[in-house]
Amino acid sequence: MAPASSKEHPFPGEERVIAVREVSKSFGPGGRSVAALTRVSMEMRPGVVTGLVGPDGAGKTTLMRILAGLVIPDSGEVTVLGMDATRQSLKVQASIGYMPQRFGLYEDLTVQENMDLYADLQGVPEELRQERYRELMHMTGLGPFTSRLARRLSGGMKQKLGLACTLIRPPRLLLLDEPTVGVDPVSRRELWAIVARLVQEEGMTVLLSTAYLDEAEQCGEVVILHEGQVLGSGPPGSFTNQIKGRAFAVRAAGMKKRYIQERLAGAPDVIDAVIQGDHVRLVTGTAAPPDVRTLLPGAEDVSVQPAPPRFEDCFIAMLRERGAGGKADEGMKGPSGVAAPDFAKEGNWEHIIEVRDVKRSFGDFYAVKGITFNVRKGEVFGLLGANGAGKSTTFRMLCGLLPAGSGRLLVDGMDLRHAAAAARARIGYMSQKFSLYGNLSVRQNLDFFSSAYGLTGQRRAERISSVLGQFELSGFADTRSLDLSLGYKQRLAMACALMHEPGILFLDEPTSGVDPLARREFWRHINDLAGQGITVLVTTHFMEESEYCDRLAIMSAGRILALGSPEDIKARAATAETPAPSMEDAFISLIMADEQAGGIT
Amino acid sequence: MKGEGSSRGGAAMRMRGLVRKEFLQVMRDPSSIAIAFLMPVVLLVLFGYGVSLDAEHVPIALVVEHPDAGTASFTGAFRQSRYFSPVGFSTMRAAEDAMRRGLVDGIVRLREDFVRRMGEPGGAPVQVIVNGIDANNARLISGYVEGVWSTWLRHKADAGGSSLDIPVQVEPRIWFNSELRSRNFLVPGLIAVIMTLIGALLTALVMAREWERGTMEALMVTPVTMKEILLGKLIPYFILGMGGMVLSVIMAVRQFGVPLRGSLPVLFIASSLFLLVALGMGLLISTLAKNQFVAGQIAIIVTFLPAFILSGFIFDIGSMPPPIQVFTHVIAARYFVSILQTVFLAGNVWQVILPNALALLIMAAFFFGMVRRKSRKRLE
Repeated sequence: MAPASSKEHPFPGEERVIAVREVSKSFGPGGRSVAALTRVSMEMRPGVVTGLVGPDGAGKTTLMRILAGLVIPDSGEVTVLGMDATRQSLKVQASIGYMPQRFGLYEDLTVQENMDLYADLQGVPEELRQERYRELMHMTGLGPFTSRLARRLSGGMKQKLGLACTLIRPPRLLLLDEPTVGVDPVSRRELWAIVARLVQEEGMTVLLSTAYLDEAEQCGEVVILHEGQVLGSGPPGSFTNQIKGRAFAVRAAGMKKRYIQERLAGAPDVIDAVIQGDHVRLVTGTAAPPDVRTLLPGAEDVSVQPAPPRFEDCFIAMLRERGAGGKADEGMKGPSGVAAPDFAKEGNWEHIIEVRDVKRSFGDFYAVKGITFNVRKGEVFGLLGANGAGKSTTFRMLCGLLPAGSGRLLVDGMDLRHAAAAARARIGYMSQKFSLYGNLSVRQNLDFFSSAYGLTGQRRAERISSVLGQFELSGFADTRSLDLSLGYKQRLAMACALMHEPGILFLDEPTSGVDPLARREFWRHINDLAGQGITVLVTTHFMEESEYCDRLAIMSAGRILALGSPEDIKARAATAETPAPSMEDAFISLIMADEQAGGIT
Repeated sequence: MKGEGSSRGGAAMRMRGLVRKEFLQVMRDPSSIAIAFLMPVVLLVLFGYGVSLDAEHVPIALVVEHPDAGTASFTGAFRQSRYFSPVGFSTMRAAEDAMRRGLVDGIVRLREDFVRRMGEPGGAPVQVIVNGIDANNARLISGYVEGVWSTWLRHKADAGGSSLDIPVQVEPRIWFNSELRSRNFLVPGLIAVIMTLIGALLTALVMAREWERGTMEALMVTPVTMKEILLGKLIPYFILGMGGMVLSVIMAVRQFGVPLRGSLPVLFIASSLFLLVALGMGLLISTLAKNQFVAGQIAIIVTFLPAFILSGFIFDIGSMPPPIQVFTHVIAARYFVSILQTVFLAGNVWQVILPNALALLIMAAFFFGMVRRKSRKRLE
């Protein structure tokens, strides 16, 4: 299906940098063992960036560790730079650079001391060090911070220091395990610029794993990994070509995009329908444009235009193809009969949450530095920002889990300072880590949470059977929640948060790490809830997910940089060069403008 | 590009890097400093001053039913003894009441006919009641009462010009700790406990921290070998542990006046051996646990508690039931405690030191063998 990886070999004489043949690996004791990789084969050409793309749990880290000789495969052959990664692991480790997902910086050592340590470990001769340090500091922009403790660096800076430590002796092959996850978009672009320089100027070969599908398009080659198997490999263009002529932008004036998206997603032959900017992006199974007018009864002004294909479209198409037969249509059902037409129209709503000049510090560190915003009843409100921007702190204050330092917080008309418990009864909260009891079954988890919310007897039984149906969990009622896939765990966590039928739902990074299909599925449930009039607050660091929100606040370093609908925010970032900026472009231009104004020290 | 010589130079450079990193971390982490230097001081002060196994100034009730000159010389003997703080009672009922309320630990009763019957052939009976809740203390008290009483008899006989007519005389002499100060015996044993803490607990924690924070994964993909990583931990914590040892010995001798009769080199060698065993245990624990919390718990349960209870530091091994006596042979602290008590109080007694040192050597070899076997440069 996917084109072969070798079209033209730039160095015909040279051996493959990496050759993986039929590698399998499973973890865990006998009966319960889980396959992390199943008969994976891949090759890598020298002098390019190869992207290892896949959602969390796809087996990316396991494959990286096998390549670095840290994990022994159950079967198969792994050759790295002509050496057997398992039998000659020390020699392999001496010639590659590997940056694990959580790079082990010594937090109580300074930037310089961390680099000294790795220079010693990598055997860089003293006389070459100063020169190399200078290059690396220049490349990463860490020069002014050499005497700062690693613990005091921002997430993006830590990542760059990790990269500098890995590069201290220039390796021929660089393995980067999810270097950009949770990093702010500015640092993300900088990291990519560094990687591009390494390949172009130093002739390095890079294998980079990522869960961000848009990053795949920046790679020379892509290997798609899903549930431990290779779905395809080749240059990114070879994937997007398959979608050519099957992507469309649909606009319908006066209709809520969420409603349009829901209607389109439920139609036959539709592979994907997502909100993107001012339109809904539609991908079909065949080249013919769909008959949108019949799908959107009552729409006055409908336009369907061809759109350029994206890597993500192809990934979704592949996942759907894999799931074909029985499961294919699951998750593509339309709204479960709730999206009443009134909600399809834009309108004004009363404020259900009011935040006025709220601050919160931990010691001498201000996590939230005075934020003000309102959330209207029944809207989906997003808080967008990198790790450490203050999103989770804001959330915990809104849920009454953390008292605000100063300022005013009103949730459903109640002041959280005086009536935190009463306010909490009206909200549902789903934390980043899905607080589930792993060794209880799905039903037992629901039972426990409903008892925690004080539901008894008939009503409890009704609620449990209702959420089991709503989140399509009935088939798993007696499965231990530990054994559920990430996507199902996420649904169960949301179901638990909804047991007491709250009017407001808080979701803290609900989609981090789940595959794009499960993410779409999850957003369908959120749309459903919004359709029922439930107010949803959600934090995310996926820029494109902000498109699903009615309004959002962009946060950075504890402050709100912009507030408004996705279109408003993007429109503000439009310039002559980028007339139609993406949310990421908008985010970056906001941060840049803020830095220039001296907001960040 | 890399010859044999340069790779050996590389190993030295890597070791230097690891050891320097470890020292920087110790200096910036107050908890390591606290375990290595503050803990010994606190424990020594606590045990040196606070804990004493001697019974002194035991409150005791003296019931004299008919006081006169004869009974006064008897009660005087109690008042002079440093083991007792006697309280006079005139009735038995009042004394029993005081005992029930825990005000006194024993009752010595002289009946009203005490003086009269002293001259008679059967002699005068003295009733002694001891609070037996703390069995050890009760035995001490009844022994002391007997001591006071026999001293009093001898004085009385001396005063009367005749010698006491007892066919067998016991003339006890106490060796090694002639003042019978329990501090002299506790403080050397405590050093073993302190070294266990520094060696096993600290090493287990810092090694597990590397796993927990993901620094181990980054270390592993450098050319460093597992042996170097282990040595990089051993060297700094060996130095730290010996520092704690020196501090403890200085405090023992200067502050608590514990005699040091053996030689310092013997003390140094024995301590090094024991510290190696402790470090080996710490490394083994963290290799298996890989999590600071679990490693800490295991270290406390399998190293610190046995060193406290089963090493002979406080509780005499000889009076434990035979199965437990056999079990104490796997407790490294047992050998070190007996070396320490010998070196401090008796001197270089080779018959004690050599077998115990050999046992420590075997244990050190065992633990390092296990660590080498269990630590692979892999992440599984």
